[in-house]
Amino acid sequence: MRRFLRPGHDPVRERLKRDLFQFNKTVEHGFPHQPSALGYSPFLRLMAIGTRSGAIKLYGAPGVEFMGLHEENNTVMQIHFIPDQCQLVTLLDDNSLHLWSLKQHGGASELREEHRFTLKGPPGSPPSATQVTAVLPHSSREVLYLGTESGNIFVVELPSFRVLEDRTITPEAVLQRIPEDNCNRRSCELVEALQEHPKNPDQILIGYSRGLIVLWDLQNNKATHHFLGSQQLENLYWQRDGSKFISCHYDGSYTQWPVSSDNRQPEPLENTVPYGPFPCKAISKIYWQTTKNGLPYIIFQGGMPRASYGDRHSISVIHGSQQTAFDFTSRVIDFFIIFSSDPAAEFDDPCALVVLAEEELVVIDLKSAGWPAVHPPYLASLHCSAITCSHHVSNIPLKLWERIISAGSKQNIHYSSMPWPIDGGTNIAPDPPQRDLLLTGHEDGTVRFWDASGVCLHLLYKLSTVRVFLTDADPNDNMNTLGEDEWPPLRKVGTFDPYSDDPRLGIQKIYLCKYSGYLAVAGTAGQVLVMELNDEDAEHAVDHAEADLLQDQEGYRWKGHEKLKTRDGPVRFEAGFQPFVLVQCQPPAVVTSLALHSEWKLVAFGTSHGFGLFDHQQKRLVFVKCTLHPSDQLALEGPLSRVKSLKKSLRQSFRRIRRSRVSSRKRRGGGGNASEVQEANAKFDQDALQEMELAPVQRKIEARSAEDSFTGFVRTLYFADTFLRDSSRHCPSLWAGTNGGTVYAFCLRVPPAERRMDEPVRAEQAKEIQLMHRAPVVGILVLDGRSTPLPEPLEVAHDLSKSPDMQGSHQLLVVSEEQFKVFTLPKVSSKLKLKLTALEGCRVRKVTVANFGSCKSDDYSENDLAVLTNLGDIQIISLPFLKLQIRYPCIRKEDVSGIASCVFTKYGQGFYLISPSEFERFSLSTKWLVEPRCIVDMPEVTSNNHVHNKSGTENAARKSSPGDCGEDERKSGRLMEHALLNDEKVLKEIQSTLEGGR
Amino acid sequence: QFGAEFRRFSLDRYKPGKFEDFYKLILHIHRIANLEVMIGYADVHGDLLPINNDDNFFKAVSSAHPLLRVFIQRQDEVDYSNFGTNTLSRKKKALVTLRNDNLRRRPHINISMPHDFRPVSSIIDVDILPETHRRVRLYRHGCEKPLGFYIRDGTSVRVTPHGLEKVPGIFISRMVPGGLAESTGLLAVNDEVLEVNGIEVAGKTLDQVTDMMIANSHNLIITVKPANQRNNIIRSSRMSGSSGQSTDSTASHHSLPTSHVLQNFHPDEMESDEEADIVIEGGLEPQHIPKLHSLTSSSLSRINGSSLSHRLQRDLVLNNNSGRESNGNIHKLLSSLKTDPRHSLVIPRGGIEEDGTVITL
Repeated sequence: MRRFLRPGHDPVRERLKRDLFQFNKTVEHGFPHQPSALGYSPFLRLMAIGTRSGAIKLYGAPGVEFMGLHEENNTVMQIHFIPDQCQLVTLLDDNSLHLWSLKQHGGASELREEHRFTLKGPPGSPPSATQVTAVLPHSSREVLYLGTESGNIFVVELPSFRVLEDRTITPEAVLQRIPEDNCNRRSCELVEALQEHPKNPDQILIGYSRGLIVLWDLQNNKATHHFLGSQQLENLYWQRDGSKFISCHYDGSYTQWPVSSDNRQPEPLENTVPYGPFPCKAISKIYWQTTKNGLPYIIFQGGMPRASYGDRHSISVIHGSQQTAFDFTSRVIDFFIIFSSDPAAEFDDPCALVVLAEEELVVIDLKSAGWPAVHPPYLASLHCSAITCSHHVSNIPLKLWERIISAGSKQNIHYSSMPWPIDGGTNIAPDPPQRDLLLTGHEDGTVRFWDASGVCLHLLYKLSTVRVFLTDADPNDNMNTLGEDEWPPLRKVGTFDPYSDDPRLGIQKIYLCKYSGYLAVAGTAGQVLVMELNDEDAEHAVDHAEADLLQDQEGYRWKGHEKLKTRDGPVRFEAGFQPFVLVQCQPPAVVTSLALHSEWKLVAFGTSHGFGLFDHQQKRLVFVKCTLHPSDQLALEGPLSRVKSLKKSLRQSFRRIRRSRVSSRKRRGGGGNASEVQEANAKFDQDALQEMELAPVQRKIEARSAEDSFTGFVRTLYFADTFLRDSSRHCPSLWAGTNGGTVYAFCLRVPPAERRMDEPVRAEQAKEIQLMHRAPVVGILVLDGRSTPLPEPLEVAHDLSKSPDMQGSHQLLVVSEEQFKVFTLPKVSSKLKLKLTALEGCRVRKVTVANFGSCKSDDYSENDLAVLTNLGDIQIISLPFLKLQIRYPCIRKEDVSGIASCVFTKYGQGFYLISPSEFERFSLSTKWLVEPRCIVDMPEVTSNNHVHNKSGTENAARKSSPGDCGEDERKSGRLMEHALLNDEKVLKEIQSTLEGGR
Repeated sequence: QFGAEFRRFSLDRYKPGKFEDFYKLILHIHRIANLEVMIGYADVHGDLLPINNDDNFFKAVSSAHPLLRVFIQRQDEVDYSNFGTNTLSRKKKALVTLRNDNLRRRPHINISMPHDFRPVSSIIDVDILPETHRRVRLYRHGCEKPLGFYIRDGTSVRVTPHGLEKVPGIFISRMVPGGLAESTGLLAVNDEVLEVNGIEVAGKTLDQVTDMMIANSHNLIITVKPANQRNNIIRSSRMSGSSGQSTDSTASHHSLPTSHVLQNFHPDEMESDEEADIVIEGGLEPQHIPKLHSLTSSSLSRINGSSLSHRLQRDLVLNNNSGRESNGNIHKLLSSLKTDPRHSLVIPRGGIEEDGTVITL
């Protein structure tokens, strides 16, 4: 009867599906792609990062994070928090201003856009008149001062963004009180900086690009002081007591200016070029921080000698005789200092320097000697070396977890012990349900272990495989060695290092056995390493074997890279995963599949040439099998020749274009005059261009054949204890699937534990299945007598899984890119199948068995296949009947790298890269959902905070606003008046547009 | 009186000569000059194909490796339906194109009965499709001929209730000379592809349609709107009336019949060839494996072919009875060995087995 039931017709199943499956994109891990602006609220202790795609992300204490997206998807240029409010203003590159606020809804805070506004000048005025260059949110929280390119400073009311035209500060008004011989109209072009007096909110400091600085009295609408700088101005900063300020300039100098009531046109106190005397680059931002001991901290960005260090991205910290120029590997976007925000405090006492560079966030502890870096709990630079693969392991046993953490902590000794200084908000999300590890393999031969249990993806431990090999690179991390008497005193900080010394070191496949602590790692040059977790440092030699995958194949030449050279003799390994076996495939092609069986102590690996099985207990190669078609030259020669041929074909096609152009010119060149020829040529060029644009993309329709390239490419390897030969005896087996739709099955004889070292492991081929549709085999799975997938090795031994049913007959599931097919075992005959490509035109990219629990009852769970297609859709397919359960669009189909990077977890979650540095986390399960949930409360406003009694009416209007908000919401006061309607919808919209934008 | 008997003789592979001479030679060798016989041969796929003119004789000789097995039957005993039919189900397909190139070029030579040919393509569902559309089925019996066409993106104009509208469509962009698609004469450049194996391509990308066609390449059914509408099959009014679907003949310019199911066509048939995954049971010791495995996947079909001919020979010897019986046996053997989709072909060392039936859900 089952076959007549069409999916969707069984109401019971439909209800169950709702209890099991649900699709959510929950959180983005990693470092925002292309950050463009930074903001910080000392009041909320929250940091905001804006990006070039118009996203803003707020971060506080670990687990506290918010995300918003500007509809325009324009670059965020500036972010300013409104003092003492849960609000911030962003300026985009289209000159629009946006007011965002954090509001509580349903017990958690949410970030929402409240208003948007674009400054409009009088009709007919040039766009520069209103191009905003500087933003000052006044401490009264009522107005924003907007400096523009025209030199006008507009005043807009908050939150309505109403322009208060009578309060505009025009250059004419400014120039009234300044002697004309020093200044003219041009001195007041482009407002570079606006700073409020730290003690007197009625005074603001206005810095114009050409060097003129004016102290403006807001009460009397007049300039009280003016300061004549000779250099182009970059930025301004007030000293805490308001008696002095500091300006920094384009020529790499900074200047201190006194502010006193008796001198209306003071001379500079001190003018310094810190990295002179040779021409220096601009100092674009500067801080002046006072301390108890009297020695100030001067912290500035840039200012390096132009000729010799002009290419450095630096931030210098000067404190008395100490001076360090922190040297970043990527461009510095912006930075801020965390210092005492208590207005009563006499000194700034800076505690941390927070730098947003283009590729990472670096926080420097200014309190500890040597100014060490602070290990960030979030915003990790996933891409400090490009990610080449990832592997997820769910539910890590506590013991292994602790050992990995302890190994990692030994690597982190050079970090500061300072608690994370950005600690606003409260994380109210429930504790993560289990300990999950995400392992990322990188181009530089490292594997990073991330705590993926919760919202903060946090680096636990970093493993490097480089030590096993001889490379030109110096393995020593000389990150923090400071050269003596070097000037400027540069010090490299951060971990972002995009330059891989040797691409052959790249990690391609990872397999971790969470029960035994065995780890297998395979790389680009055919290297396979088996490692064991050791809590101590150790020095030992790595056993080395070679696997010749070509065997009898002759008459070819591998034109790809050479294999890696190994280090002879014992090698010192730090505590953590230490390699004890290295197998190198020959030819050294990239390892395309890897499987480890920790109970049988076997590791299987495959490349485009074949696959092999290695016994890592006896350290002996069991067998190799060549899967290569003899005519497959591309695979034989390796990746290099392919690139060459592409280059060649490109060159040829260019030549062809050139030739055709020349010949047609010749044909035309009859007798016409020069202009005619020129005209004709121009027309021809245009035609040629058009032709190139119009050349239709076409696709060849041809059945796959055995002669296709890369059919021997081993896509998947699988160990199973099943009935391979006959239905009475089961035995260990190894399965391999290739790109050409072939499945090989080998029967293994593993000696019993007591004789494991004495007898060799034997293997013999038992089956070879050629799928007629010849599509690449991407997954192989054996289902036991109860149609449950066989457990992982050692899972049963650790009582974490029921032992498989060996009574009933087993089934084999082969997943190709085009279809799912179940076969009987031991006699392989097709039992049922699900065609995907023939019906929908999509192909399987990733497939995993996932366990889905019901959110309604604790004791119901089932295993299904989670499938990602080349169109970016996720489908859930039931086992063992292969019925499509549900389908969700997840990744844009154009996002090839996103689709390629996707990993599923065992419990229906997944990760994929939305940029080189960010993982999007999603969940297919109703039960396992990891998403940020946090509250940001308004801290108690201290009594001696600025109180302004400027205009009583304005204040009254402000105070009367809180209405019928709930109890929770009262604290955030007047923010609540703009409560948005349907929060969930908005959030989803934001998320969907964000996806669309990428 | 005319039982099975065997003769072995050699021919020059590259100069096989004329069919007439061959025919005479056969009759001479077998000393049956006074009989009208039908000559057939087993091709690489184990199909029994006829030899009755110069072209297919030449083809037979050139494809023999190393031996060509020739079957001789009395003309009056020949069961034509045996030729070139892989499955019993395929007998149902009667609409076979006659536009075989060599036939057009040389109309004077001996033309065989339609069922002497293997079907290459057919037009199906003529009665239910609008006249402007054509549903073409391409048979690919694992033959060497490539499908041989390319598709591209384009725009097509549809009639909608709001007037003419430009919509994206998929078109045939190129034919490979000598390919299956070209040789059928049923498809042409700029034909718009509307469906692939009963599934509409509207809203699908070029890559999706490509993947669908390749996934169905063993039995590809394409519904096209030919660029050249002059060669359409003109239905008699009676026929279209009887199909009960002619009402949409005006609407058909912009929409297909709502049913996505290919009507003249049992689902089982769609499954045909592609089901035959090949399973080799290897009871071989590891040291033997390299030998077996130097045979790569392409040689698998050859394994089948060669062991098939072994079997054939043996069976023929065993069934050395009357002509009628051996004829039946040949057919039975051929169909059981290679072609029935419901049976996986299992060739353990030397023997042939059949598996149980398959449940298709």
